[in-house]
Amino acid sequence: MSTRTPLIYTPKILELFRNPKNLGRMEDASVSSQAGSPACGDVITIYLKINGDKIIDASFESYGCAANIAAASIITEMVKNKTLKEAWDITWEDVTNELGGLPSIKYHCSILAVGGLKRAIRRYFEEVRKEHPEWLPRDLSKEERQALEEEELIERLYRKYGTVP
Amino acid sequence: MPKVSEFIKYHGKPVREVYLDHENSGWVPPEVVEAMLPYFNQKGYGHPSITNLPGWEAYEVVESTLEEVSKTINARGGELILTHSGTEANNLAIIGGALARGKERNKIITSAIEHVSVLFPARSLEEHGYRVVTVPVDKEGFVDPDLLSMLIDHETLMVSIQMVNHEIGTIQDIKTLVETVKDKNDKIIFHTDAVDAYGRMKIDVEELGVDLLTLSSHKIHGPKGIGILYAREDVKLKPVMHGALSTQRMWPGVENTPALAGFKKAVELAFSNFDYNIEKMKKLRDRLMHGILENVPDVLLNGPMGEKRAPDNLNVSFLYVEGESITVELSLRGIYVSSGSACTSRVLEPSHVILAIGRKHEEAHGSILFKVSRYQTEEDIEYVLSQIPPAIEKLRIMSPLARESRIALKKTVEA
Repeated sequence: MSTRTPLIYTPKILELFRNPKNLGRMEDASVSSQAGSPACGDVITIYLKINGDKIIDASFESYGCAANIAAASIITEMVKNKTLKEAWDITWEDVTNELGGLPSIKYHCSILAVGGLKRAIRRYFEEVRKEHPEWLPRDLSKEERQALEEEELIERLYRKYGTVP
Repeated sequence: MPKVSEFIKYHGKPVREVYLDHENSGWVPPEVVEAMLPYFNQKGYGHPSITNLPGWEAYEVVESTLEEVSKTINARGGELILTHSGTEANNLAIIGGALARGKERNKIITSAIEHVSVLFPARSLEEHGYRVVTVPVDKEGFVDPDLLSMLIDHETLMVSIQMVNHEIGTIQDIKTLVETVKDKNDKIIFHTDAVDAYGRMKIDVEELGVDLLTLSSHKIHGPKGIGILYAREDVKLKPVMHGALSTQRMWPGVENTPALAGFKKAVELAFSNFDYNIEKMKKLRDRLMHGILENVPDVLLNGPMGEKRAPDNLNVSFLYVEGESITVELSLRGIYVSSGSACTSRVLEPSHVILAIGRKHEEAHGSILFKVSRYQTEEDIEYVLSQIPPAIEKLRIMSPLARESRIALKKTVEA
């Protein structure tokens, strides 16, 4: 409890927190991915059902704060009926705007949601389709990198506290 | 940044409300507010150091409040220094205590679970050539006197160990710790932050043998804005804030007379029927504790059980869910608590107290602090207990960690 910032959410976030859309594991998902780590206090799982190049259904699970839950929920709404390319182009700013704004300290929640989505899309092409479309960058996107950094940060924290996860 | 007014409007006022966040700040009862009101515009609205009637009336409030408080801790009125918060009193104790002693000794020892208003001023002194050494605590938050004794050397200037931990309620054996320190060197200053002990257990500064002790008004249903540092007569301090005209020898600024009048009333209320109040808090807390432990699976109790835990404190970790979302979910149900989760800070570090007792990060993220008050009823606690299991279940349904743990458990059972 070393620093506390007032955390002010929008009604949209509270609404999604109360009644999250697209909640839960999808048994027949085409692909799923996870971003974040339990030790960081936020994990998002994204499930996508894909038909051809189109995302026909999406769902999420979340371990995290209210903003984390809302960001994961809204991104599954945003990708439905979009092509994989269109979904790939969603930015964390788009997610933040869709939520009606976020306190700056919570930007990482929409970054993590986009990171999870991009990981799922990349994984779908690598593991399911085993092909690489031209529009999909070989290098990790900013959001995928950020998710990875967060996961690696906890390793450093554990080293600092002298315990191993 | 979203507007908080819109958020509050959307949140709505719950039909039933139970405030269990007395650690962070408290509700002020009407009697206390009433005691404050005359001092805004009917009397004592003057400056307590000035020679006119409203000034003398203001001084009367200062003097009588300090007298009232001194009686409750067996101190003399002149030994109490008024500040404007517990944080300020802790800063004065650590920084003022260190600066008054020169630098022939420069080591400050604190426990690993002190409030940040002790840890941060101590750390700030490192820039000025002091050294801060932290004594670890055991799994329940206790400081081992032998371990403390080992850390004390001829360079040790000050030891600061809180009487009751603000998050996990651990009651330290301050008398033994003071004896341990003074046996080695009676010149070492012993400070104890007693803000979470005051009004909830007996404090006798003579018996404890402490040199400095911190109290705070809003922790006992008084108004915010009043802190007190007890400093034994012969303990030297240097002021850390500078200004003019105060009745206080160590703290400048105009005394907050209405708040003092309120604090005085809050002290009277806390200390009349003292034993009854403590028993009541314990009873409510125990019911809350057993109700949670019996009705919610995968919960860890943080801190000790029984007589060595503050009567108002309960702290548990709900596994597989994150604390901030618990506070929001419970808030929507009219139950107000706080969490040691990291989610309010971008540094991603959860409560240093919960980590210091050996909990993992993910266990600390799910920690929730409850503090009951003597103003609450058994019905309040029953309402809380009716809401916590569905609230936690709702969040666990969302959580991939909860699902994974259920699968793992099923596999173990099957094997």
